[in-house]
Amino acid sequence: MITFMNNSDSEEEPCNERTSLMSAESPPVPSYQDGLQASEAGEAQAHRKRRTGSSRSPNNTADGDLSDLGVPVRESALENEEEELTLKYGAKHVIMLFVPVTLCMIVVVATIKSVRFYTEKNGQLIYTPFSEDTPSVGQRLLNSVLNTIIMISVIIVMTVFLVLLYKYRCYKFIHGWLILSSLMLLFLFTYIYLGEVLKTYNVAMDYPTLFLVIWNFGAVGMICIHWKGPLQLQQAYLIMISALMALVFIKYLPEWSAWVILGAISIYDLMAVLCPKGPLRMLVETAQERNEPIFPALIYSSAMIWTVGMAKPDTAARGPSHQTWDSAEDGRENHRSPSHADSRMSETRSPVPTRPITSLEEEESKGRGVKLGLGDFIFYSVLVGKAAATASGDWNTTLACFVAILIGLCLTLLLLAVFKKALPALPISITFGLVFYFSTDNLVRPFMDTLASHQLYI
Amino acid sequence: AFFWLVSLLLSSLIWFIAVKASDPRDEPLQRGLLIFGVVFSVLLQEVFRFLYYKLLRKAIEGLVALSEDGCSPISIQQMAYVAGVGFGLMSGAFSMINLLADALGPGTVGIHGDSQLYFLTSAFMTMVLIFLHTFWGILFFHGCEHRRWWEIAAVVVMHLAVSGSTFCNPLYVGSLVPSYLLMAIAAVWAYLLSGGSAQNVRRFLLCKS
Repeated sequence: MITFMNNSDSEEEPCNERTSLMSAESPPVPSYQDGLQASEAGEAQAHRKRRTGSSRSPNNTADGDLSDLGVPVRESALENEEEELTLKYGAKHVIMLFVPVTLCMIVVVATIKSVRFYTEKNGQLIYTPFSEDTPSVGQRLLNSVLNTIIMISVIIVMTVFLVLLYKYRCYKFIHGWLILSSLMLLFLFTYIYLGEVLKTYNVAMDYPTLFLVIWNFGAVGMICIHWKGPLQLQQAYLIMISALMALVFIKYLPEWSAWVILGAISIYDLMAVLCPKGPLRMLVETAQERNEPIFPALIYSSAMIWTVGMAKPDTAARGPSHQTWDSAEDGRENHRSPSHADSRMSETRSPVPTRPITSLEEEESKGRGVKLGLGDFIFYSVLVGKAAATASGDWNTTLACFVAILIGLCLTLLLLAVFKKALPALPISITFGLVFYFSTDNLVRPFMDTLASHQLYI
Repeated sequence: AFFWLVSLLLSSLIWFIAVKASDPRDEPLQRGLLIFGVVFSVLLQEVFRFLYYKLLRKAIEGLVALSEDGCSPISIQQMAYVAGVGFGLMSGAFSMINLLADALGPGTVGIHGDSQLYFLTSAFMTMVLIFLHTFWGILFFHGCEHRRWWEIAAVVVMHLAVSGSTFCNPLYVGSLVPSYLLMAIAAVWAYLLSGGSAQNVRRFLLCKS
C-alpha cells in the first residue's frame, strides 16, 4: 500500500502538474477572434502586398488594377458574410466539440461501470491529505474544504509557474515537462488501465504481447501529440489521455472533496481567464502576441492548423483577390519556417482561383476550428464518472449530468461566438452538472423509482 | 431534452416536498400524491414545451435577420420535429434505462406475483410515448404558430389521457391499447399538418417519383 502510494506520488507529480496545466488551458482559444481580427488585418496586408506584387510583376498590372477596385466592395461584403458565418458555423463547431466530449465521457462511464478497480478506495493523493472517514458531518466537510484549498493552491502555483516559464521563453523546459508527463500518462497509466480491464474480463495476456502493445500505443501517441500525425489520431489520443486522467481523479479523490474541488475549480477557471491579471489570460495573450500556438499537448483542436498557428492561414486566405495570389503568399511566408505549412496552405489555395468567394470562405471555416483545453475534458469526465460511480447505481443521474454538461458547452460556445475572445469552458457546464447531479440524485430518483414500480408513465 | 429534464426536475421537487410533508404510511394518500405528481408533471412538461417554442421562435427571428435571403436555414416545422424527438428521447431514456440496466443482471420477472410481461410492456409503452412526444411536438408548435388554441389543448388532453391510462397498469389492455390508438390519431394529424396527404402516401407506397 505504501509503495503504491509512493509510486503514485512520484507519478502524480508530473501528472498533477499536467492536470493543472490542462485545467489552466481550459479556455477555448478563439480561432474565431483570431480569424476575424486577423482577417481584417490580413485584408489590409493583402491589399498592401498586392500593390507591391502588382508593381513588381508588370504583366499583372491589369489584374492588379482590377483587384484593387474589387477589394473595397468585397471587404464590406466580407464582414457581413463573416458575421453570418460565425453563427452558421457556430452550430457546426458545437457538433465538432460534442463528439469528443461525448466519447471521452462514454469511455469513462463504461470503465467505471465495468471495472471495479476505479471505484475501490485505495488511498489518496498527497494533494488531498485529509481523510474523509471521520465520524461527524462537520469534520468531513471541513476536511473536504481543506483538501480543496490545497489542491487549488497546487494548481494555481503550477499554472503561474508555467506562465512564467512561457513568458521568459524557457520553451525547452516546458517541452521537457510536457513530454515527461505525457510519457507517464501514455505508458504507466495505460499499463495499469489495461491490466485492470484484462483482470475484469479474465483475459490472460503474456508479457511480450503486453510490452509490444503498450510500446506501440505509447510511441505512436507521443509522436502524434507532440509532433505530427493524422488529425483524427491525435484527437483520439488526446481523448484517451483525458479519459485516463479523469479515471485517476475519480479513483483517488474522496467523495465530498471531489465535488467541492469541481465547484472550486470552475470558480478558479472563471477568474483565471477573465481577470486581467489571470494567469490563463496572460498565457493566451502572450501566445497571441507572439503569433504562436499554445502547446498542442494541452489543447484539443477540432481542425488541423496547429502548426501553422492561429493568425496565419486566415491572413493568407482572407485576401479576396485571387489573381496575384502567389506573389502575396511569398511575401508573407518568410517569417514562418515550417515547409509543410506552406504545402498545406498551397493545397487549400490551389483550387481557389476558380471558385466564387462564398465557397472560399466556407473552405476556410472548415479549416478553422474551435479549441478546447484538455482540462475541460478531464473535469467534465470526472463529473460524469463520479455521477456514474456514486449515484446509487442509477443511470438517470449519469444521463442527466451528461445532458447538463453538453448544454453548458453549447451555451459557452454561443457566448464565444458573441464575445469573440477566450472564455472559460468550465463554469457553466460544471454548474449545470453539479445542480443536475444533486437534484437528480435526491429528488428525481425517488420519484422515478416510485413511478417505475407502479409502472406509471409521465 | 434539456427542457424536458428541467421540467422533470421541478415536478419531482414538488412531489418530493409533498411526500416529505405527508405521512409515509398512509397508502391511499401516497397513491393520491403520486397521481397528483404525475398530473403536475404532465402539465409542467407542456409548459416547458411552450417555453421551448418561445425560445426557438426568438432564435428563428435572429437567424432570419442575419441570413442573406430572408429565410432561416431551418424551418419551424423542422424545429418542431426536433423538439418533439428531444422530449421523446429524454422521456424514453429516463423511463427505460434503469430497467435495461437491471435486465442485464440476474433475476426472475414477476416472481413476487407481479406481471411477467413487465419488461415487454414497459418497452412498448416507452416506444409509444417517444412517438407521441414527437407528434405532439409537431402539433403543439403548429398550434402555437397559427394561434389555434384548440390544438394545444388537444395535445395537453392527449398527454393527460395517456399518462392517466397508465394508472390501469398492470391491466395492460387499459393502457397500451388507448395509447396506441391515440398515437395513430396523432400520427395522422401531424402528417396532415406537415403537408402530407393521402396522395403522397399512395405515391410513396407505389414508388412513383
